Amino acid sequence: MPFLQMRGISKRYGGTQALRAVDFSAAAGEVHAIVGENGAGKSTLSRILTGAIPSDAGEIRLDGKPEAIDSPLRGQQLGIRMVHQHANLVPNLSVTENILLGAMPTGRLRWWIDWPAAHRKARQILEAIGFRGVDVRMRVSRLSASQHQVIEIAKAVAVRPRILIMDEPSAVLAEEDLRTLFALIRRLRGEGVLILYISHRLDELYAIADRVTVLKDGALVDTVDPRHTDRDGLIKRMVGRTLQEIFPRRQPRVGAGLLELRGLGRAGHFEDISLAVAQGEIVGLYGLMGSGRTEVARCVFGADRASSGEIRLDGRTLRPRSPRDALRAGIAMLTEDRIGDGLVAGLSIRDNVSLPSFAAMSRWGVLNRRLQGALVESKVRELNVRPAEIDRLVRMLSGGNQQKVVLAKWLLTQARVLLLDEPTRGVDIAAKKEIYATVAGLAERGMGILLISSELPELLGMCDRILVMRKGRLSGEFDRALATEEKILSHAN
Amino acid sequence: MQTEQGLGARVGRWWTAGGEPRLSMLDVGLLACFVAILLIGAWFAEAFFTERNVSNLLRQVVANGLISLGMLLVILTGGIDLSVGSLVALGGVLFAGMTDRIGIGAALAVAIAAGALAGMVNGMIIARFKLQSFIVTLATMGIVRGCVFLYTEIPLSPAHAGFRDLGATLVGAVPVSMIIMLGCYALMWFYLNRTPVGRATVAIGGNEETVRLAGVNVGGTIVLAYVLSGAFSALSGAILVSRLGIAQPSLGIAYELDAIAACVIGGAVLGGGGGSVPGTLFGVFTLGLINNLLNLVGVKSFYQDIVKGGVIILAVLLVAKRRTR
Repeated sequence: MPFLQMRGISKRYGGTQALRAVDFSAAAGEVHAIVGENGAGKSTLSRILTGAIPSDAGEIRLDGKPEAIDSPLRGQQLGIRMVHQHANLVPNLSVTENILLGAMPTGRLRWWIDWPAAHRKARQILEAIGFRGVDVRMRVSRLSASQHQVIEIAKAVAVRPRILIMDEPSAVLAEEDLRTLFALIRRLRGEGVLILYISHRLDELYAIADRVTVLKDGALVDTVDPRHTDRDGLIKRMVGRTLQEIFPRRQPRVGAGLLELRGLGRAGHFEDISLAVAQGEIVGLYGLMGSGRTEVARCVFGADRASSGEIRLDGRTLRPRSPRDALRAGIAMLTEDRIGDGLVAGLSIRDNVSLPSFAAMSRWGVLNRRLQGALVESKVRELNVRPAEIDRLVRMLSGGNQQKVVLAKWLLTQARVLLLDEPTRGVDIAAKKEIYATVAGLAERGMGILLISSELPELLGMCDRILVMRKGRLSGEFDRALATEEKILSHAN
Repeated sequence: MQTEQGLGARVGRWWTAGGEPRLSMLDVGLLACFVAILLIGAWFAEAFFTERNVSNLLRQVVANGLISLGMLLVILTGGIDLSVGSLVALGGVLFAGMTDRIGIGAALAVAIAAGALAGMVNGMIIARFKLQSFIVTLATMGIVRGCVFLYTEIPLSPAHAGFRDLGATLVGAVPVSMIIMLGCYALMWFYLNRTPVGRATVAIGGNEETVRLAGVNVGGTIVLAYVLSGAFSALSGAILVSRLGIAQPSLGIAYELDAIAACVIGGAVLGGGGGSVPGTLFGVFTLGLINNLLNLVGVKSFYQDIVKGGVIILAVLLVAKRRTR
């Protein structure tokens, strides 16, 4: 009997069915990878297992015994630990305190903290898992993202878990740390720990996983042995349909030049970026986390300032000092975090869509409600936002419809250049397809589009050209016809 | 949208336009409490429903009503304005001090302009340097109070015959000051719901970064909220000294507490993301009623503070409950 059994697990968020009756099982002492596209349900499944969120239906058994994991505390008591992608650390405390939080060694009378012993213990924990060279006295806020992840891993491993869940550790880990992590994972596997490894980087799975479970649209598609399943087989299970069905058929009609970057740089983030986007063209920009892809777009949009180089629009130099300047020039940007900075969740669709366009729908500083309603409604219909009620609060919409609202907002500004940063993150397949069709339609009408994405199929399916960034520099450029996942990945790593 | 035209259907659509009912069960509960206070008042205090007391109550409510309206604008942007009490004093002493020299209208204009200017200083420091509004307005609260005492250390009571008109005149049983206050409320409702700057004000409290990325002048919008808060506080001070007939430099101490309380009772969320003009009006009247009633029953003022504190905690609990659902 498998050590971990999850049966009939279902979870619904608002209008989105995140998990549908998933039956999942895994054995002690195996590295079990969970893969799937964004929004497939990987994180939801693992969060239910840790007790962070409750499931709507289903049961979990450990060693055949049913367990009600109704809180993170209960999950921890059962030996279930998760290493989050975004480290949950206290930035103004030292590494030692973060690792030993709540269990600091005290002096004989328990009145004071025994600092030498605490530092010793923290150092031992880090060394035991193979990570050296971290000063445990250092404040966590001064460490890199990769080191944060290391500390998270140390915290999780220090309590000797029975199940260790890793959520895309390679997204933030430096290469050297990743190798150490793999060694650690192999050792823990030998000690009988079950490791659930969430990732969408296929080459990692082939390096480390004993079995791979594929999730798609909240359902479990298959569990396979990576030694008997090749990459294409995995991708087909993940995407579930051929690419032609999701992506619109495009006949690119590339027109005159529109946006051009010449040697653009921002100190500490990226440098020497030169690229061009013409009318009717969709240009892809790929890079791993921290490669600087988002920062480039933010500089073009005026959200950050470039420190060197030049931005040109219609052949004229543009120096956007704020998003206001960029919008006036005809550049709009859909940011990657729609809840964080794309939407005001507590306001209506009407308010959110018209936010950048107030000037066009008011006179003498007073809004023309009828004009506003007509404009917003036309975009809401065009993008098929459901429900199509413009006074509905954005908070009440599903992720896909929220993203359509953000898109509607920028389309109403009459922008000629659209910067899209992860436009389909956390969006279900049906909405994805609609967003792709909209973007293709915009290009057809002459808009120039820069599409930033970490999903390779998306870039390969949508773009005329794909640029690759690595560590703040351009490292490759591919024509649509010649680009493959392997080529792009090899230039990104 | 749908094409049904029946009145019932239209009201129904309006009621649930946001995707949830306009008033939740908790709001209904608050309203019920309000009615209960009224009934208790009628039961215990014979003088409660007399014309004299009602117009008194209406007059007393105006001071906090105007301050709360400005406070609401600031809270909607995610800030707080602790300097309002000092600005009330500033408006009051300037109005009283100038009336004899330049006349009622001009003195009122000077008072309001001074309040607006002080608010502008608040807003510009906060928006330009991205400082916490709590600290900045705490500092200006002291600075403005000091300036008020520099202007006059003794209470001022001008001889001008019309000095008391603003605060004391009645139209029927309704004080003129109450009409002014309701006019301001109507104006601010329009501002917040029907103008681009007003919608931006509401949106900033919900998510400032989104608004900035939408190309809106976030700094200017925030400054305007503090300007209006300062202007309303100064107007409140002028009306208050006109009602009392005398302008003390110590006027308005701790008034920010009642204003914040009224906003919170009306559903405002400190830090932004909630609050409305009708809600604030409700909060102002609830607090006013409690004060008035306890006065009539002859309860000592420190008991009033205790009761008010309890009501505020209750209101915050209700708001918190609604948000976690």
